[in-house]
Amino acid sequence: MIEIKDLAKIYHTDHGEFKAIEHINLTIEDGDIFGIIGMSGAGKSTLLRCINLLERPTDGAILIDGRDITGLSGKELLQLRRQIGMIFQRFNLLMQRTVEANVSYPLEICGMPKPQRKKRVEELLELVDLTSKAKNYPVQLSGGQQQRVSIARALANRPSILLCDEPTSALDSLTTNSLLELLKDINAKLGVTIVIITHEMSVVDKICNKVAVINDSRIIEQGMTKEVFANPKESMTRLLISEMQGGGTENE
Amino acid sequence: MNSFLAEYGTMLLQETVATLEMSLISTLFAYILGIPIGVLVTITGEHSILPCRPVNVVLGWIVNMGRSIPFLILLVALMPFTRKVVGTATGVEGMIVPLIVAATPFVARMIETSLMEVDDGLIEVAHATGSTTWQIIRKVLIPESIPSILMGVPITLITIVGYSAMAGVVGGGGLGDVALRYGYYRYQTEVMIATIIILIILVQIMQSLGSFIAKKSDKRTR
Repeated sequence: MIEIKDLAKIYHTDHGEFKAIEHINLTIEDGDIFGIIGMSGAGKSTLLRCINLLERPTDGAILIDGRDITGLSGKELLQLRRQIGMIFQRFNLLMQRTVEANVSYPLEICGMPKPQRKKRVEELLELVDLTSKAKNYPVQLSGGQQQRVSIARALANRPSILLCDEPTSALDSLTTNSLLELLKDINAKLGVTIVIITHEMSVVDKICNKVAVINDSRIIEQGMTKEVFANPKESMTRLLISEMQGGGTENE
Repeated sequence: MNSFLAEYGTMLLQETVATLEMSLISTLFAYILGIPIGVLVTITGEHSILPCRPVNVVLGWIVNMGRSIPFLILLVALMPFTRKVVGTATGVEGMIVPLIVAATPFVARMIETSLMEVDDGLIEVAHATGSTTWQIIRKVLIPESIPSILMGVPITLITIVGYSAMAGVVGGGGLGDVALRYGYYRYQTEVMIATIIILIILVQIMQSLGSFIAKKSDKRTR
């Protein structure tokens, strides 16, 4: 379980304070596929990055299974990050490594011996259906395939949490659907808790059981996806939903 | 032509080998010394993986200082040091020390430029997977910039070939020495032209071969 309590991240710039996120309260249960949706600049990316401390929150707490992680550093921080997988909008594959070597990376850095590594990489490539591409380089793959490699990499150390930073924003709609199916599968099969940030309500609609809407650095609405869709309270939420339905006419 | 080759051929070949020897050995050592310096300058930068302003500023300053001294002056100024290290300040051995000193900061800057090209997203992945600083350097930063680093090798090598020609001033051997002794002091223009042609060919080969190897190594293009 991830409990986020009164979280804030404030940047001090030459032009004064910039509040990326503030007063964030969220509870993400084990096994959830939790969507965080918002326009660009709303703070959703900062929020996601606080969960594995790629960003250090200025204030508040993040409890993972009851333990506050915000103060972790050194070895404990590395340990934490090895237990949380992450995938990105631009896939971020190592371009000079083969597919299998990319997937093997997280295993290498925590010192898994080679024979075990090889076996684990095979399992992972099978999971994302890319066994035939093991020896290829990322440049030879399509966007969807590259994202699947990055999913395999993110799952290498059997994390209990998978953070997804706009995972489908660089993909076409067909590829998006099959990728979302894969994430749903992984959630069901492996029980991995998935936190996904996106600006597309359709992503939330397709796979998230819960959703939080973030606007101007704050969570303005959250709940079960079905309920939020059936009865959106905030105008931003309504706007995002109508956008998805192809309406878009509510745009001002 | 035949009589020219008979008279000067052996000498030109020897001095070409001397030029290559000086350049290759110096470049090799310059990389051995320059890579760690370049890595250190890069990672201690403000937004990099191990920010440390004092180290960054001091190293950057040393590198700039090394690069701002014209080679001819460096060569003469280093003579006492060179004598201490290799026992002589002349000849091929005498040239290698100042060449290394001149090339090391050059290499450090080239390495820095190459490492800076690595996508921030990859560094973020490395952090997100729980990599240590050393693992990021060894498994992400350097491997991902290998093609770019290799592209820099012929540039360094060619710069060093140019520097090595100044060996003539200290009787250091190599093609520069030949051009100075025969072409300048004895007005033997044909020898001078021969050295120029050889140098042009050397540089062309180095650049073509270097670019070829760098491109071949890059997995983004195949």
